[in-house]
Amino acid sequence: MPSPRQASDNVLSKLKPVLTKRWLSPSAWRLDVYEELDGYKALRKALRYRPGDLVEFMKESGHRGRGGAGFPVGMKWQFVPDDGQEHYLVVNADEGEPGTCKDLPLMMNDPHSVIEGVLIGAYAIKASRAYIYIRGEAVHAARRLRHAIAEARAAGYIGKDVLGSGFDVDVHVHSGAGAYICGEETALLDSLEGYRGQPRLRPPFPATHGLYQKPSAINNVGSIAAVPHIVLGGAEWWKGLGSENAAGTMIYSLSGRVKNPGQYECSLGTTLRELIELAGGMEEGHELKFWTPGGSSTPMLTAEHQDVPLDFDNVAKAGSILGTTAVMIFSDQDCPVVSCWRWIQFYHHESCGKCTPCREGNYWMVHVYERILSGQGKPDDLKLLEDACKNLLGRSFCGLGDGATSCVTSSLKHFRQDYEDYIEGRKQPLFHADMIGAH
Amino acid sequence: MTYGDRKAGAWPEKIHEQADEILKRYPQGRERSALLPLLHLVQSVDGYVSDEGIAFCAEKLDITKAQVQAVSTFYTMYKRSPAGDWLVSVCTNTLCHAKGGQRIFDALSAELEVGHDESTPDGKFTLEHAECLAACDYAPVVTVNYEFFDDMDEEKSLDLVH
Ligand SMILES: NC(=O)C1=CN([C@@H]2O[C@H](COP(=O)(O)OP(=O)(O)OC[C@H]3O[C@@H](n4cnc5c(N)ncnc54)[C@H](O)[C@@H]3O)[C@@H](O)[C@H]2O)C=CC1
Ligand SMILES: Cc1cc2nc3c(=O)[nH]c(=O)nc-3n(C[C@H](O)[C@H](O)[C@H](O)COP(=O)(O)O)c2cc1C
Ligand code: SF4
Ligand code: FES
Repeated sequence: MPSPRQASDNVLSKLKPVLTKRWLSPSAWRLDVYEELDGYKALRKALRYRPGDLVEFMKESGHRGRGGAGFPVGMKWQFVPDDGQEHYLVVNADEGEPGTCKDLPLMMNDPHSVIEGVLIGAYAIKASRAYIYIRGEAVHAARRLRHAIAEARAAGYIGKDVLGSGFDVDVHVHSGAGAYICGEETALLDSLEGYRGQPRLRPPFPATHGLYQKPSAINNVGSIAAVPHIVLGGAEWWKGLGSENAAGTMIYSLSGRVKNPGQYECSLGTTLRELIELAGGMEEGHELKFWTPGGSSTPMLTAEHQDVPLDFDNVAKAGSILGTTAVMIFSDQDCPVVSCWRWIQFYHHESCGKCTPCREGNYWMVHVYERILSGQGKPDDLKLLEDACKNLLGRSFCGLGDGATSCVTSSLKHFRQDYEDYIEGRKQPLFHADMIGAH
Repeated sequence: MTYGDRKAGAWPEKIHEQADEILKRYPQGRERSALLPLLHLVQSVDGYVSDEGIAFCAEKLDITKAQVQAVSTFYTMYKRSPAGDWLVSVCTNTLCHAKGGQRIFDALSAELEVGHDESTPDGKFTLEHAECLAACDYAPVVTVNYEFFDDMDEEKSLDLVH
């Protein structure tokens, strides 16, 4: 009999390494090793198709964006007009959503898969330049990507007349400088153009008015890295790996109170219960209390939601968002109020300041949280938080403001008692009122 | 690298060459895109974005110093005053916080006798709180000059600064 901590065969069969397949091969980040492991075969295949056929193929595959919103990749590429203007492909490697930690290991362990995806994508939308916008702190991953690009250029995969196909393309890595908002695609574009990273009004979407106001496809690292696999495996294969309305595999990033946090690539639609089992169970002495299905901007769920299939539709039905499948797992030893306080501090710090609801709303919420956590909270404070969220949700200029409300409203819904315990003095204040100037 | 004897305006040839290489990554007429990489470049020389660094970027891109300044102040990674040789960043976002990130920050703060965004008088260390560093599966996370140290605790983090 297997020990209770060992994942059962049943749950092990949920693991479907595709994007993470090469992570275990030593030095798969080197071009020669990558080529031995099917590297750049998909590019050769793709170049035999007409660009429009590739776009059609991506639509058929049902592949949806991995950057959090799940927009169909093929459809986005199709929205890029075929009008003879200069086009751009931009990869969003800003990975800033708290909890999200899949893109950096992807770029570290398998950088060529990202580059190969970029080349295929650029060919499909007829872009001759691509930029990979990577968060500034990820110096190691940027270095690895640059090295891989140099290798690919020397081998004739990047540059003029790629593999004799007549297709010219150049790829560059562009490092950001520490601003979460630059992950929002239009803020990213402003940043890439050399400005402060503040979101632009959409529509028009970047597909028609993107980098330098030219048609641009912006895709997440994971969306792009899947492309070579889909091209080689076929649309039906990719669809078969997932569940209904959710093609393919997903890298679930498990962090927090499990024995073995890490990246678990499974079919879309795997449940939290299964993921926890894959991760060796909960940490000793910890019991599941709350968790996020897809990062800090997705409403938290509770132990009752352990059997929700984690795909786009089912998570939405359960009242949250699949987001980036950044599954942060908290236990009975963690406090939802403290967690929200830290997250709201984060949103306050990262708000770009362009619109009032977000700039002021987060500022005030930080104060209310500090008041509550210092034992000075009033019963009305919970209503105040709810009102602040009402003024933010749907009234902010970009998704950051909306995202900030998720943890607040969901924790008030599921864990009101924890707030009341601070307010009514049943719980020891986290800090003294003088320390934070609460009043 | 440091070029301590550099006079205002006089940048080593190597830095000019690197800057010109960076400019080539962007389409003609779109050179302003090089601003963030150029700011990284001047910061790597001076240890912070100095007035000379700002002037250098402005001149390379043919924009005003005020425009460069406005951009540099938007981004957390650009330091406005000389930072220590070692920038110690402790993630205190929720997940790392739950796993001890704040305790690590407090231990380092007590040991180095500096608070957030402050440097030790000998110019060796700068300490800062960081937001999620996209390595949550290795929480709590500390970086030193953006090199990642995983699964930290107070003791291990103090070893980093000894
Ligand atoms: N990966 C990370 O680190 C982070 C991810 N997120 C995620 O970002 C999501 C929100 O991102 P948004 O870009 O605001 O989502 P969105 O739903 O507005 O857009 C998603 C994508 O579809 C495209 N699109 C949508 N409608 C279109 C149309 N009619 N024509 C052409 N293109 C169209 C957009 O350009 C964009 O690329 C959240 O769900 C959140 O989970 C948020 C923070 C960080
Ligand atoms: C505040 C904010 C931050 C975001 N940060 C990221 C990010 O770091 N990486 C990312 O891929 N998408 C991020 N997004 C989503 C992007 O705007 C965009 O939807 C995504 O890059 C599209 O890629 P996909 O369709 O391939 O998923 C962010 C959105 C918001 C509102
Ligand atoms: S919602 Fe926040 S981050 Fe987005 S534009 Fe408004 S102030 Fe900026
Ligand atoms: S919360 Fe610390 S690295 Fe993500």
